[in-house]
Amino acid sequence: MTQDFKVVGSRPPLVDSWKKVTGQAVYGDDVRFPNTLICRLLRSTQPHARILRIDTSRAAAMPGVRAVVTGADAPARFGVLPISQDEEAMATDKVRYIGDIVAAVAADDEAAAAAAVDAIEVVYEKLPEYFTTAEGLDPVEEPIHAWTVDGSNVQKRVDQHFGDMDGALEQAAVKPRAFFDFIGVGHAFTEPHAVTAVPEADGRLSLYTPTQVPHYVHRALAKVLDMPLHRVRVFRTAVGGGFGGKSDPFPHEMCACLLARRTQQPVRLTFDLEEIFLTNRGRHPGTYDVQVAFDEHGRMLGLDAAAIIDGGAFASFGVVTTYYNGVLSQGPYKIPNFRYSGRRVYTNKAPCGAMRGHGAVNARYAIESVIDMAAEELRIDPIELRLRNVLEPYSKTTNEFRITSNGIRECLERVRDETGWQGKKGKLPLGKGIGVACGFFISGSALPIHKTRTPQSTVHLQIDIYGGITAHSQGAEIGQGSDTVIAIAVAEVLGVPLDFVRVRSEDSDTAPLDLGAYSSRGCFMIGNAAREAALVIRDKLARAAERLTGHAAGDFDFRDAEVFARSDASVRVSYFEALTEALADNGALIAKGWYQSPRMGGTFKGAGAGLAPAYSFSACIAEVDVDLETGLVKCTAMALAHDCGRALNRLAVEGQIEGCMHMGLGQALLEEMRYDRGRITNPNLLDYKILGPFETPDMKVIIVESEDKEGPFGGKEAGEGPLICVLPALGNALYDAVGYRSRQLPVRPERVFEHLRKLRRAEAGMSKTWGATGR
Amino acid sequence: MSKTLVTLHVNERAYEVAVRPQDTLALALRDGCGLTGTKVGCDLGTCGCCTVLVDGRPVLGCLTLALEVEGRRIETIEGLAGAERLHPVQKAFAECGGSQCGYCTPGFVMTSVALLRTNGAPSRDEIKEAIAGNLCRCTGYAKIVDAVEQAATELRQAGNEASPTTDAHRSGGSNDARLQGRRQPATARR
Repeated sequence: MTQDFKVVGSRPPLVDSWKKVTGQAVYGDDVRFPNTLICRLLRSTQPHARILRIDTSRAAAMPGVRAVVTGADAPARFGVLPISQDEEAMATDKVRYIGDIVAAVAADDEAAAAAAVDAIEVVYEKLPEYFTTAEGLDPVEEPIHAWTVDGSNVQKRVDQHFGDMDGALEQAAVKPRAFFDFIGVGHAFTEPHAVTAVPEADGRLSLYTPTQVPHYVHRALAKVLDMPLHRVRVFRTAVGGGFGGKSDPFPHEMCACLLARRTQQPVRLTFDLEEIFLTNRGRHPGTYDVQVAFDEHGRMLGLDAAAIIDGGAFASFGVVTTYYNGVLSQGPYKIPNFRYSGRRVYTNKAPCGAMRGHGAVNARYAIESVIDMAAEELRIDPIELRLRNVLEPYSKTTNEFRITSNGIRECLERVRDETGWQGKKGKLPLGKGIGVACGFFISGSALPIHKTRTPQSTVHLQIDIYGGITAHSQGAEIGQGSDTVIAIAVAEVLGVPLDFVRVRSEDSDTAPLDLGAYSSRGCFMIGNAAREAALVIRDKLARAAERLTGHAAGDFDFRDAEVFARSDASVRVSYFEALTEALADNGALIAKGWYQSPRMGGTFKGAGAGLAPAYSFSACIAEVDVDLETGLVKCTAMALAHDCGRALNRLAVEGQIEGCMHMGLGQALLEEMRYDRGRITNPNLLDYKILGPFETPDMKVIIVESEDKEGPFGGKEAGEGPLICVLPALGNALYDAVGYRSRQLPVRPERVFEHLRKLRRAEAGMSKTWGATGR
Repeated sequence: MSKTLVTLHVNERAYEVAVRPQDTLALALRDGCGLTGTKVGCDLGTCGCCTVLVDGRPVLGCLTLALEVEGRRIETIEGLAGAERLHPVQKAFAECGGSQCGYCTPGFVMTSVALLRTNGAPSRDEIKEAIAGNLCRCTGYAKIVDAVEQAATELRQAGNEASPTTDAHRSGGSNDARLQGRRQPATARR
């Protein structure tokens, strides 16, 4: 169906970008209240130790110090998932990683707060330290948490088996298997965590925080502070980058609130860069053992995968991550037999959590690599092999995901045709290569984290007598454009210019519930809620137009701030005339719209993980240039086709896809969180490198629109899915270039160099001599 | 440590600010002048979020001491818009999608404004060279480069209306060497 959209599909600037280009946007550390105290935190210097004693008396007596709190002041546990509430505002019995918060100080200024932190005495008793997943799989002397599996450090086990995997492997013509090892990466957003807690005069407590999940923060605050939910207020400031790194309720948010309540003064806490790395919640490091089975015609018979992921010291989203590492491998291919074993293991390191492409990124690298290996063994073009196996639109996966719109075929064909693939694959000189990979992601988690029948998204609309439309939502605008999605949906339905719509999504006092910016749920769920609300208003305006013209309400269309009859263009009233009529004897024009995912999925254990009302699909082709002297890999060009259902805002969708290429390539080529016995050794952006403008390749964005039947105007997510195919496309291109299959990420030039040296040795037939003179 | 009263000339207005010897320009702007448009990202001179102009040149606010720039001409994101409209660079960053989360945006905008005052028609590579000291985690830089190109075109079409006060100070001369926060060339970061 070709629809004649007015705003949908255009390229408007993000509605909040005007504040951002002028410096008016208020981020976490820009919040200013009079009489504000400054908070600093005492963090653990030990990876794993029992706290024998904390003495805050000297600190509390120092000049300018207004309050000192410790774990004993708020021992209630919290966490983003109800099933794994293992975090505390501050450590009570023991510390679990270097950086764990032990105490918090509020003082008149930063210097006084820092001095007081230094004056707190903590006596630790060292405990056995666990830095690897391997040493935590079996029972250990001192499990990091009390509720691990059988006294080990394993937090979560997932085992799934569909069909007959052993049978599939037996029948297979080719069954490449490989072992992969991924280092952890962080979100590296530019805005530090920064919060201000404000005790309100009426006894309530407000927290200003750059969070992706105001609702979960709200719940956790109420629990830890032991206050009724309605006495807490969460105000989401502008968020200077999230990518999953601001999607947990955080201990430091609790600390600021405890101190504000204690002192009855506003308390501000801003992290330095090291503290961002200590807070982490980045992508889990992990090892993957993956085998794929194909028959001789290139039909995929099965996928056998085992993942062990390193969770760090706390659970965060880890239960979900453990599932996602397996279940999100179920697309974009039809996989009749599937076996997955996943383990998430606690270690004494900074906690891992959700990061863009949550749980699907490293697993996808492994899978797309072994598929590439199969293509080579089968002598089938890698794109052709993938095309033979893609899921059909409106089908089901083996684990009963409901697939709706699906543009994977078009994604693959277009990246192939628009990069000159046929002329390049296998035909480039040594050092230059091209590779392909696919991706698959949820467009909003269908299951809310908390079991409730409250809709996942609600949007309120309120039209004032001047014609302006205020949309209230708790959708967390984090730069991805969710406020703009609301504005577009409303403007589209009501036929008014975009600037008629104002979005208020910051304040929990006025916002109807929305679960926040995670699992790529915004466009689909908030967009649908906004559209529903606007349709209610539209109906009221159409009936007002009927009263004014005598023409049937059902025949009216809305465009250019006019309400006109489709069948007779001469019958028309202005938007303002219709609005005035609708407001007469009425007082207000308000409406709500909401979205809740339909029921779906299987009944087996873990069937809910990975369910989504729609899925996005993508395909990427990367081209690389390897320096044969040094092993340095440069990505020279990248094309990425992403099926987002329909691009509600083409500018924003392009921006999300380009950002995904940038971030995915960063993990593939440069980024790594390095540890030395539990201590992060590169907690800053000088040593933790993200790509600069010269390292980011020419990026070609191809938007594929499969028009999802349930998506808002056909739309699906575009914020996370596109990242997933980037890394394996790069890895496959590297293999094409020099025959080196990188089983670790990031790709280290020295490993490529080592491979090239072996190649040269083999060529020169001098391997023995080299062996003798080498190391 | 005791504070000294300094006069900072920011956006053509004089601010009297009490600063400690170790206070950075970024801190003085944000806490002393109330100009929170200048962002602090890394506070270590790597991300470029705190870039402001001192005598027309881009400088890192987190590596420049407030005491060093007394009497110098400082420009921040708040001073760009005027004459009832945004600066073409600000407008282009919004229109081209050069700003997503927006935290790096003030720094990129100030860097770009400085570039376009000295080079009215930069190539894409010249733009990348100029912005190589700024990090953006959202955009992948393509739309930022687009924005600078669009702004350059608009500025040229508007008849090179770059503010005359800026050009007078453009070549800052030997004084610039004093600035610890002088922006490093792109290559220094790696």
